[in-house]
Amino acid sequence: MSRKYLATPYIIWIVGFTLLPLVSIAVSAFTGDDGSYTWDNILAIAEPINRQALLFSLAIAFGCTLLCILLAYPAALILKSLRLGRKGFTIFLLVLPMWMNFILRILAWQMILSKNGILNFIVGKFGGAPLAIGNTWIALMIGMVYDFLPYMILPIFNAISDIDEDIIEAARDLGAGGMAVFCKIIFPLSMPGMLSGIVMVFVPAMTSFVIADILGGGKLQLIGNIIEQEFMKSMDWHLGAGLSISLMLLVLIGLAFTMRNDLEEKGTSIW
Amino acid sequence: MVRLKNAFMRCYLAFILLFLYAPIFVLIVLSFNDSRSRVTWGGFTLKWYGRLFSSRQILEALETTLLLGLASAAAATVIGTLGAVGIQAMRKRGYQIVMSVTNIPILNADIVTGIALMLWFVRLIPLGFGSVLVAHITFNIPYVILSVMPKLKSLNLSIYEAARDLGAGSVYAFFHIVLPQIGSGILAGFFMALTMSMDDFVITYFTKGAGVNTLSTMIYGEIRKGIKPEMYALSTLLFAVIFVILLAFNALSGKGKNTEDVIERSR
Repeated sequence: MSRKYLATPYIIWIVGFTLLPLVSIAVSAFTGDDGSYTWDNILAIAEPINRQALLFSLAIAFGCTLLCILLAYPAALILKSLRLGRKGFTIFLLVLPMWMNFILRILAWQMILSKNGILNFIVGKFGGAPLAIGNTWIALMIGMVYDFLPYMILPIFNAISDIDEDIIEAARDLGAGGMAVFCKIIFPLSMPGMLSGIVMVFVPAMTSFVIADILGGGKLQLIGNIIEQEFMKSMDWHLGAGLSISLMLLVLIGLAFTMRNDLEEKGTSIW
Repeated sequence: MVRLKNAFMRCYLAFILLFLYAPIFVLIVLSFNDSRSRVTWGGFTLKWYGRLFSSRQILEALETTLLLGLASAAAATVIGTLGAVGIQAMRKRGYQIVMSVTNIPILNADIVTGIALMLWFVRLIPLGFGSVLVAHITFNIPYVILSVMPKLKSLNLSIYEAARDLGAGSVYAFFHIVLPQIGSGILAGFFMALTMSMDDFVITYFTKGAGVNTLSTMIYGEIRKGIKPEMYALSTLLFAVIFVILLAFNALSGKGKNTEDVIERSR
């Protein structure tokens, strides 16, 4: 018996529960309430309310990804250079928070950031004027950066840790200073890690609804919130499926663009 | 100058860790707060820990969450490991196709995966524990495959072939030669799957139907009414248990690593 047949249960599984559900959502999306074939549900993404939510989600996701990179890159460099024991310990520190329930952690941020919250209590102790962050896009952004930051630090940290020390030493022997080593070696070699970090942060930031639900006080509508409401409140499954498909296609186009850049990057960095 | 730079680096790291651990600290403090209010401190108490064990609703959700996590991680580990071994033996074309489908649940948004599964399940089976279990296995398998695959690639096949030449059957050789070499990848995959399952909210929310609740969906349902303080107590307990397990695991594997290093150096 050939070894490849061991994958049979897995192949059956992905056909049954990865591919067919996608067919199923597509069928729902292209069906109207009366069962006829239609493009209306897909094109509904262009309606003012949906378009506004989509653009807001895009802006938030871009901002969140950028902030995550800016915060994570120095953190990854420092984690590498401090040599906090072994690699496993660093990963442990970053993964551990995930074991406290995600929704409770976001609720804790609500308690920290709200008008009578912990942050304003501390600010008040120092005699500052209370900050009005609660239920604004700033609170939403803080919650998102908080939730996704480990997904940016980990791949960058892994990429930097995997750089062969000999290459860095060779560069130094050849007279490269700290800045040159960083620009010519560490940064280019960390690009694959950063790219997977971007994918792991941008997609969930673009599509989440729970964080906006809790930290936006019901006033901030991301595209994820609109889709969730179509399913759970308005019960318009066809419209919800159509919006999901549009969202999925947009995200896939974005990913393809990132991946293509990745390939080009690899192509140029060889020369 | 170097000292200043070092101090700055430590400060920055402390800031990042404070950011990541602040909400956890808040939740732990709340679990000992003798007041139902979330904003006032009413003194130290252990009563929420006591009440936790008499709340049937919470214990049921805990049971569902644990059962779901362990069962889906175990099933995903078996299917995923066999899958990884099989995929690796495929030709380039088949390998590429299967691996890109494997990436779908990881790259696709949770909300889309959840809705797609829900729309598929309502055509097949009633929504309930079974549908959530299938959904969790589905999003768990890729994590197992992605952590087993690199181990398989660096596997030394000549030892396996030597065992076969010496008369070992393929199953015997798999369990005695291949499994020990990829074991750490399988274990990492299992833990990753367990973590993902226990932390999931979105996919469970869409595929669960009425009547079934995990801790996540139960907490979500309670947001408007106010979270029961027992929930903070339970989360703190779970967090403490995992903290101790991971710390012990880390220390143990660290020890193993050190002895390896010592052996390496003494040669």
